[in-house]
Amino acid sequence: MNKRDFLKLAAAAPLAASPVRLYAAASSTSARLLLVFLRGGYDASNVLVPVGSSFYYESRPNIAVPRPGSAAKAALPLDGDWGLHPALGASLLPLYQQGQLAFVPFAGTRDLSRSHFQTQDTIELGQAHDGRRNYQSGFLNRLAATLAGQSRAISFTDRVPVAFRGELQVPNMALKQVRKPAVDPVQTAVIAEMYRDTPYARAIDEGISVRDGVMQNMAAEMEAASRNAITARGFELEARRIARLMRDRYNVGFVDVGGWDTHVGQGGAEGFLANRLEQLGSGIAAYAAEMGAQWNDTVVIVLSEFGRTFRENGSRGTDHGHGTVYWIAGGSVRGGRTAGEQIQLRQSTLHQNRDYPVLTEYRALCGGLFARVYGFGAPQLERVFPGTSPVDLGLV
Amino acid sequence: MRTLATVLVLVLAGCQLPVVSPRVDSPRAETPEARLHLLNRVTWGANGSSARRIEAVGTRAFLDEQLRPAPKPPLPPAVQAQIDALTISQKPFTDLVREVEQQRRDAVAIKDPEERKAAQKAYQQELTRLGREAATRSILRALYSPAQLQEKMTWFWMNHFNVFQFKSYVRATVGDYEENAIRPHALGRFRALLGATARHPAMLRYLDNVQNAANRVNENYARELMELHTLGVSGGYTQRDVQELARILTGVGVNLIGEPRKIAAARERLYVRDGVFEFIPGRHDFGDKVFLGRTIKGAGLRETEQALDMLARHPATARHVSRKLAVYFVADDPLSALVERMAATFRSSDGDIAAVLRTMFGSPEFAASAGRKFKDPVHYVMSAVRLAYDERAILNAQPVIGWLNRMGQGLYTRQTPDGFSLTRDDWVSPGQMTTRFEIARAIGSGSAGLFRTAGPEPLEAPAFPQLSNALYFQAIQKTLGPATLKALDQARSPQEWNTYLLSSPEFMNR
Repeated sequence: MNKRDFLKLAAAAPLAASPVRLYAAASSTSARLLLVFLRGGYDASNVLVPVGSSFYYESRPNIAVPRPGSAAKAALPLDGDWGLHPALGASLLPLYQQGQLAFVPFAGTRDLSRSHFQTQDTIELGQAHDGRRNYQSGFLNRLAATLAGQSRAISFTDRVPVAFRGELQVPNMALKQVRKPAVDPVQTAVIAEMYRDTPYARAIDEGISVRDGVMQNMAAEMEAASRNAITARGFELEARRIARLMRDRYNVGFVDVGGWDTHVGQGGAEGFLANRLEQLGSGIAAYAAEMGAQWNDTVVIVLSEFGRTFRENGSRGTDHGHGTVYWIAGGSVRGGRTAGEQIQLRQSTLHQNRDYPVLTEYRALCGGLFARVYGFGAPQLERVFPGTSPVDLGLV
Repeated sequence: MRTLATVLVLVLAGCQLPVVSPRVDSPRAETPEARLHLLNRVTWGANGSSARRIEAVGTRAFLDEQLRPAPKPPLPPAVQAQIDALTISQKPFTDLVREVEQQRRDAVAIKDPEERKAAQKAYQQELTRLGREAATRSILRALYSPAQLQEKMTWFWMNHFNVFQFKSYVRATVGDYEENAIRPHALGRFRALLGATARHPAMLRYLDNVQNAANRVNENYARELMELHTLGVSGGYTQRDVQELARILTGVGVNLIGEPRKIAAARERLYVRDGVFEFIPGRHDFGDKVFLGRTIKGAGLRETEQALDMLARHPATARHVSRKLAVYFVADDPLSALVERMAATFRSSDGDIAAVLRTMFGSPEFAASAGRKFKDPVHYVMSAVRLAYDERAILNAQPVIGWLNRMGQGLYTRQTPDGFSLTRDDWVSPGQMTTRFEIARAIGSGSAGLFRTAGPEPLEAPAFPQLSNALYFQAIQKTLGPATLKALDQARSPQEWNTYLLSSPEFMNR
């Protein structure tokens, strides 16, 4: 049985029949989950590069990432089929080699709208695809609610994303820029009192508590900055801040990163997308480092609403596609591999002769992952992803 | 409590339509509080001068003049002078784009890497300066224009036909886009508005149609044109329609530098250039298309006009646009009965935006919803500054730009074409609220940089926000609940009183 067949079998096996490790159930309180949403539909085929496919190189005459060893900047070999974008060589390759990062190619949704917004909503809501949507119930909120008293959820964004909408009041605080509050404690108390009997009371209390917590947490960084120490920038800085909060105060987190909608001039081994990837990769690596010992209890999911067209378009970019590649990282992740069902890439295996097909539905994927991480049984999984049969890819 | 009350009121309004039919021009609307509510919906926020105006002419006449404003409504002279001093006001758009593009080309051509880098940086800085000018002009108009509804609708359509200024050279184009493509049509015909956006370099660049050519099709604009601008995502089009519309749009682009094109003689008469806009027959796919079930004969730019006609007059567009207007002005989840009435007006008036708004403003649903829409950051900041300084002209819009950015709703900063959310759930988050209190404190405690001129030798005029003003005592105070009045009593200084008023739950709504 070759690797492909085994994975296919694993993918097809219903969860009940596969051995869920007890580690998961025991660690449900210490487990930490961070969802990184790449908004815009990142070009998965130029990140996890199908280096074994000549069809890929025919389809992308100007923007393909060269085969390993064929150019100064070329894909980094992962196995015979796949390579990694060289911009991720310093950040993600070590994680992959240490077995702490897995890729799930041909993952995604059943949503065929090719609309950023509809598909992002589809993912964040995590509801049955053909049912009527309830826009007030995101899957991360349902996850946090299912963890009941054990969850401390937060969104590191300036607005609460759809994924966190729902019965649980989830706080948010963007960490790109953090400032010291000017509203003093007396004023804070008076303002909070104005809201006591309003529907916003919980939001206000949460906001104040998060603000104060973040300020405590930032004290060390601010001190370093005031001593003119070299500090991280951009997403790496943000990721380090997120890591410190996830380490000390929260266990379900969300952050989004934009700028992936590369219709024009996206570049290949170098260029626009390469620069975005370098920043993203260094952020993920910094997150792993900053988590310290807690990295072993951490799972990071990196996803995007859809992949892009397999062929480059007329402007050396790519258009909205379908299937994509999910990344799963963490100290206990069984990584160093690609997981889930795969196919040979040929014109006939493309979805609608233009995109990656979706062979691993994301709710089944995440459901299977949550079952392992949190020891969920069928009732809990049904609550998070109603109507879905989880697929266990043995990712932790 | 509040949410429940909203639901009850809306349900009552829906059930008892024939009995309870409050109209905006009924005597009930003529109390100071009712006028306050109306102003907070129709304008960027009630202030002393707008309150005096509506009291003087009555709500009906006030709405009439807001729906049909004069072509160039007069601004306070100090505001007009600031606008007149901007590069984007002084230089014709075509010249401005040409100069900026020339600057870019010159920079790229520099051989020395260090010099080239410096020149490219200067180019980027110029783009950013032009984008900031556009934001400044927009903010000045929002704060001081007597045609307040037109200003709100300008923001609404800028959001509907969103562009992201930090993509490529879009910063150099947003000012003209807002001033000449959007504002003149903000209360006019939807078809004209749609057509103006479809020819503007801001849109054509932002959604990549400048790259869309025969056999090198780029679908980006075609898709958003249907999904977001007209039909809506469930408006009944298919992926095939997206591809066909993209083919129709091939060759629709821009000519930044004004260089002549070589056009094949046979197609010369199909070439179009209008300012920066350009239609290039050589890039167009002249094959026939089947779009929304109709055959469109290959004919050049005329195909785009045909497609826009079809889209603007499609019943799905009437519904999609009407619903979005109702979400913006009435309720996060407007009753479908209201949306259907607005859509009927949209269809019968051939997309007359002012007529659709008139149907909405006259509806019982609108009257019943007073004070129940949560302010998004733009409403929050504009209403606070308008209330604090009324007609006194600020000297620097940068603090406003900064506050909007900080709350995640900066002008022209929405990266994705869907525009900013118009509903409460997306803005009422814990982080947002604590940030609002910080901004309430900044605006309430002093001049907050609004009266310090920019530049190397800044001048600062003394200023203090006047929030406990006549409007407060005539109307605002009566709308405050006991908890807010108690907080205001606890203020230890005028600064703190202002901070509490601007932080109050009542001030979060409109």
